[in-house]
Formats: sequence, structure tokens, C-alpha cells
Amino acid sequence: MTAEEARVIPISEAPSYEPPSGQEERLARLLAFIRRRLTGEYEIDEFGYDAELTDGVLMELVRPLYKHWFRVETVGLDRIPADSGALVVANHSGTLPIDALMMQVALHDEAGRPCRLLGADLVYQLPFLGHLSRKSGHTLACREDADRLLRKGELVGVFPEGFKGIGKPFSERYKLQRFGRGGFVASAIRAGVPIVPTAVVGAEEIYPKIGDLKTLARLLGLPYLPITPFFPWLGLAGLVPLPSKWMIEFGEPIRTDEFEPAAADDPMVVFNLTDHVRESIQQMLNELRLRRGHAFPPFF
Amino acid sequence: MTHTVLVTGVSRHIGARVASVLAADPGITRVIGVDTKPPRDGGLSLGKTEFVRVDLRSPDIAQVMAAADIDTVVHMSLVSAPTKGAGRAVMKEHNVIGTMQLLGACQRSATVCRVVVRSTTAVYGSSPRDPAVFTEEFEPHDGPSHGYAKDAVEVEGYVRGFARRRPDVTVSMLRFANFMGPGVDSPLTRYFSQPVLPTVFGFDPRLQFVHEDDAVEVLRRMATEDHPGTFNVAGAGVLVLSQCVRRAGRFPLPLPSPAFSMLGEAARKAGLVDFSPEQLRLMSHGRAVDSSRLAAELGWPLKYTTAAAFDDFLRCLR
Repeated sequence: MTAEEARVIPISEAPSYEPPSGQEERLARLLAFIRRRLTGEYEIDEFGYDAELTDGVLMELVRPLYKHWFRVETVGLDRIPADSGALVVANHSGTLPIDALMMQVALHDEAGRPCRLLGADLVYQLPFLGHLSRKSGHTLACREDADRLLRKGELVGVFPEGFKGIGKPFSERYKLQRFGRGGFVASAIRAGVPIVPTAVVGAEEIYPKIGDLKTLARLLGLPYLPITPFFPWLGLAGLVPLPSKWMIEFGEPIRTDEFEPAAADDPMVVFNLTDHVRESIQQMLNELRLRRGHAFPPFF
Repeated sequence: MTHTVLVTGVSRHIGARVASVLAADPGITRVIGVDTKPPRDGGLSLGKTEFVRVDLRSPDIAQVMAAADIDTVVHMSLVSAPTKGAGRAVMKEHNVIGTMQLLGACQRSATVCRVVVRSTTAVYGSSPRDPAVFTEEFEPHDGPSHGYAKDAVEVEGYVRGFARRRPDVTVSMLRFANFMGPGVDSPLTRYFSQPVLPTVFGFDPRLQFVHEDDAVEVLRRMATEDHPGTFNVAGAGVLVLSQCVRRAGRFPLPLPSPAFSMLGEAARKAGLVDFSPEQLRLMSHGRAVDSSRLAAELGWPLKYTTAAAFDDFLRCLR
């Protein structure tokens, strides 16, 4: 008998617990998710933000657009504070607020922070849009809500150009419109949080607005009703956004904690800071547009 | 020092509970409960409360107040829905004229030193143009113009006027979110008891509730301690309507808003609910309030969150 034959074969251990395979685990998670949704056992915050629905469904729906349709590239995500309040101020364009959605995906996926956008009251008057907007974490652009979110240390996003920016004609692309009364600056000063100037390049080309059905828009109570090379000529197919190449840059944060909270009521301070933010964004836009090159690479 | 407390609106659930809790308080000698109609048979016992039937719209309340040296008044008789047979006009008189008579009597009284008034968060209205969360200072853009909510706004106006004229009296105004709990009978609890719940198509309002136990405890503390000011009272957190419907295991019936109004109007004519355009707006845009001022003032947070209050209501519904 050789030593080799005499080798003791250890009794095999009790069959070890096998962790469920990736697929089973995913299925179990999905079922638990559906069960919670059907029984109403989920939490929303006081603004109506439903984090579970946003992460599990809404973001999943928008992500393919972000990754594959617009091929969004981000710059300067390290300038977004990891866990404290900040006000992200961006340019607004593209006829429909798809730039807001893309910014939300960028901050959610790449900075790991839910983005609480401030929207126009029109959004909250419309069926579906209003509650979907609340569920995805957004709220009305008003002083009370902005202050409350910033005080809670949330990352708040705002588009001070409003309808003037998003509804501007294609010929004025990448020209920042007027920045309202600077209410966003006052909110940042009151909360003492930094302002992150942000430039979004690419949204201008998704629905090139070459005309406006003003009378019909007024009848429908809308701020504008665009004519693009494809809408309304192609009907619903004209609503497919053009696949432009996008870049989003988060700029150097502008500190506001050097001001006394009372400075929020000083129009000079507020207007100066508003201009400063506006100029930074315009400069970032010009540089980022050059850096991106063609809107529809590699053709034109 | 002896304490004599007058509680109005004791023939309804929360009023009766507050009266009996105060009657059981050793620091209080006497509790006088008044209401327009006698307590329901089989309703909650009022404990040692002495019941006096007074039509609040008449000046009789002044005689009740003059007869006893009342030092604390807890005004709970704001009704949120017209009683069967009586219309909206009667409800409005009860709410507004009743408050005026009571405050008039308080103003003449030399002994009253504390007035606690039940109001409602409905005074903020519901609008897509207003902030998501209301604090006590907020003045709504377009305040309520109908029904119960408008009564409450008017009542608050008279209470503020009274507080100005009698600065020596501690006035506490409590803006309650919708009461929720096993014993609560309100348009909203009746709504959630239906098998099928009509909702406004395309809208999912945020709602807030306050549990009846918390409401009674807050009123007890306000009636026995000095806490001047206006306070929101609502359970922490919010529920959206779709979430309530799912928790209740009911079926939603989404209706376009004109159809929802028509149904509400029909229910009003049948005497089921006091349906007003305010309700349509609440069911479309919802409302949430910040009640941190109350928690800071009392040093005591409410025991039930909005979700816990609703779950407790459901437990007793089944």
C-alpha cells in the first residue's frame, strides 16, 4: 500500500449554503419591490419624493436615453459636495425639459446624489406631470420650498432662465437668457450653501425650434408651442428628440457663506452674485461647446 | 387655585374625549360641556363633565359663562360637514356666529385667562402655486373661498381680533390636519370606508393625518398649560392618496376632475359629504404642513406619524 493510497479522504462538509444565484436574487428583489408597491408600504418625504420609485423605475426608464441616445459625458463631478447642501444652477434649453432629466441622471448615477429640481407651477397644474415630478423629488420653484430643501442639506437644481431659456428659438442657441430676480441666489445666501454653476451642451439641438404657434399655445394655456423641422409635420414621430451629443460640466462652486444671511435681502449683493453666476455659466457654455465639436458626430 | 373649564362641541367624538380627559384631571375642579345637540346615545361618556345644551348661535352661552367662573375655554365646535337635514347655511352659522358669540362672552368675562381654539390646516388651501410644506406664518396665495375651510379662515380672523383686544388672555390656535382614528367620523374617514374610492385622474395628492389620541393629548396640554400662538398639528410624514388606497386594500376609481366634481355634488345632495371645490383641490393638489413648532413648544412629539395614524384607523375598519 503506497502512501498515496492510504491518504485519508476527509468526509465532505455538510453541503454549504449556496447563495442564490444572481438571477434568483434579482427576482426576489423584484417581487419584494412589487409587493411593497402594491401594499403601499413605502415611504415618501414631505415634498412627495418617492426614492424607491425614482431609483427602481423612473431612473431605469430615462437611463438608456442618457447612455445610448445622447451619450452624455460629464465634467467636474468632483465639485459636487458629497453630502451637504448645494445649489446647482444650469442653463435651460431644448423645448421640453429633457436637460433637467439628464442632469438628474448624471447627479444620481455619477455623484450618487438625488437631485431636487425646482419647477414651474405649470408642471404642478398638469395631470400626471405634477405628481410624477413630485415623486421624482422635484418641487415648485418658490422661496419656501428652496429654503426648506437647502436647510435639509439637499442638492437642489434650478434653471433660472425658466421658459425664456427652454423655449428660445434655435437661432439663439447657447445664449443665456435673463436670470429673473435672482431668487435662487437669495436662497443660497440664506442657507449659506455653495452655488455650482453648470453648463449643459447638447440639449439645444434635440428639438430645433424654428417657429412658434403662439395663438394655439395661448388657447391651450401653454407658454409656447414649437414648430421644429419634424413637429408637427410628422405627428408623434416628430416628438422623438434628435440624438445630439451631450456634455454636462459642473463648474467651480461659488461660496455664499461669506455673506451674512441678511445679505439675501440686499438687492445689490443678490444682483451682483446673479451676474457672476450667469457669466460663469455663459463662459463654460462657450468653452464646452467648442470642446464637444459636432452636435451630431461624425457628420455635422 | 380652582380650575373651571368650558368645552364646546362635546357631542362629537373628539370634543367628548377632551372633556372627559379634562374632567379626570385632578387639577381641574369642574368641566362644563356645551353643544347644540345632546350627546348621542351610546356615545362616549363625558365622565364628570356637566352637560349644558346651548344653541351656540344664541347669546345663551354668555349666561353659562357668567354663571360659572370659567377660566379656560376650549372651543372645539367647528363642524366640518353639515348634519343631515340641516344645510350649509346652518353649518356656517354654527361655525362663524357660534364663535363670535363665544368670543363675545369671553371678552366680557373677567375670569377667562386661556382660550384654546380648534382650527384646521384647510385654511392654507391647496394649490399648485403654493409651497409643498406650509408653516404657520404662510399666507396662502388664494385662500379657501368655500365651505368649511372658509369658515375656519373667518373663525381665525375673529380669534385674532379677540387676542388683540384681550392681550391678557392666552390664546392658542391649533390647526389640525385631518383627524384619523377608530372613533373619528369625518368626510375623509367615511370616504376611506367605501369599497371603491373615486380619485381625480392624473393627480396623486399628499395627505396628512393626526391621530385622535394625539389630538386629545395636544388639546389637554393646551388647556392646562400656557402655550400662546398658532400651531400646526399633524402626524410626521405624508402619505399620497394612491398609497392610502393601497394600504386600505381598496380599489381606486380615477375620474376626470369634472366627473369627480359631479359625483361630489351628488354625494352632497344626498347628504353624505360637504363637498366643495376645496375638496376637489385637496384631492388634486394635496397639502402638507410643518408641525415642528408644536413639538418644540410642547417638548413632546406626537406619538403617531401620519402613516401610523392611518394604519390604526384601518385596523379598526376591518
